[in-house]
Amino acid sequence: MEIVNEVNLTIWSKSSNESYARVAVSSFFTQLDPTVDEITDIKTAVSEAVTNCIVHAYRNTVGKIYITARITADRYAYIKIRDKGCGISDVKQAMEPMFTTAPDEERAGLGFAVMQTFMDKVKVTSAPGKGTTIVMTKKIRPRRNNG
Amino acid sequence: MVRIESKNENLYAYLSGEIDHASSQSMREEIDFEVEKYHPQKLYLDFKGVTFMDSSGIGLVMGRYKQMEPIGGEVHVVNTSSHIKKVMSLSGLDRLVTLE
Ligand SMILES: Nc1ncnc2c1ncn2[C@@H]1O[C@H](COP(=O)(O)OP(=O)(O)OP(=O)(O)O)[C@@H](O)[C@H]1O
Ligand SMILES: [Mg+2]
Repeated sequence: MEIVNEVNLTIWSKSSNESYARVAVSSFFTQLDPTVDEITDIKTAVSEAVTNCIVHAYRNTVGKIYITARITADRYAYIKIRDKGCGISDVKQAMEPMFTTAPDEERAGLGFAVMQTFMDKVKVTSAPGKGTTIVMTKKIRPRRNNG
Repeated sequence: MVRIESKNENLYAYLSGEIDHASSQSMREEIDFEVEKYHPQKLYLDFKGVTFMDSSGIGLVMGRYKQMEPIGGEVHVVNTSSHIKKVMSLSGLDRLVTLE
């Protein structure tokens, strides 16, 4: 599909950047005139993906998180979040609700479930030792103009 | 941020701002400190001032349930917006704590 706009953002995997990343990405999509709920959905999904890079991918280190946000001609919000961290050996298992490798840190194991609920599609590709890429899309429906 | 009050046998924690991985840690420590001090019968987690929450908020509630359970206490979650309800509904938290 034809891309009509794109931004690329590289951030360090520091938890103090979580808020910045989700606000920056979600505000890019205001061009599509989304509802407040749609923006909150995107914000929440981005928060999950970025937090996973910080707490899991780059555990005990600081690495770079590469974020691409795109708008397509058919009004899809496209978000790619990539890390070069530890990777996931079993993606299917990792995506199961309540599965977590960090229960002692009060992680609920629901990050992927949140992404899947709040976005239309979530695709995860990962290779142990190489890193993980999350691609998420959400259709932003045109709003009827009541004015 | 969290402001905590004890009234009768109960503890009221008023959460505010954004709950994510970065902010949840200090909220957790502040609440647990008071829980250990007062051993309340009920812990109320008030979400009225919370403007954003991701799954870290679920971890926060589940963790407080684990804190209250051994001392025979209950956790009540109150004043949740539709966004927070949507996040919490994924968790099955309603089986452990009272969502009001
Ligand atoms: N970017 C990543 N790099 C490496 N491992 C990851 C990454 N993202 C997720 N994982 C793995 O997948 C598991 C499930 O992730 P998910 O976000 O669903 O839950 P969580 O992060 O453990 O808990 P929560 O998100 O509820 O705080 C994680 O525990 C971790 O083992
Ligand atoms: Mg997570």
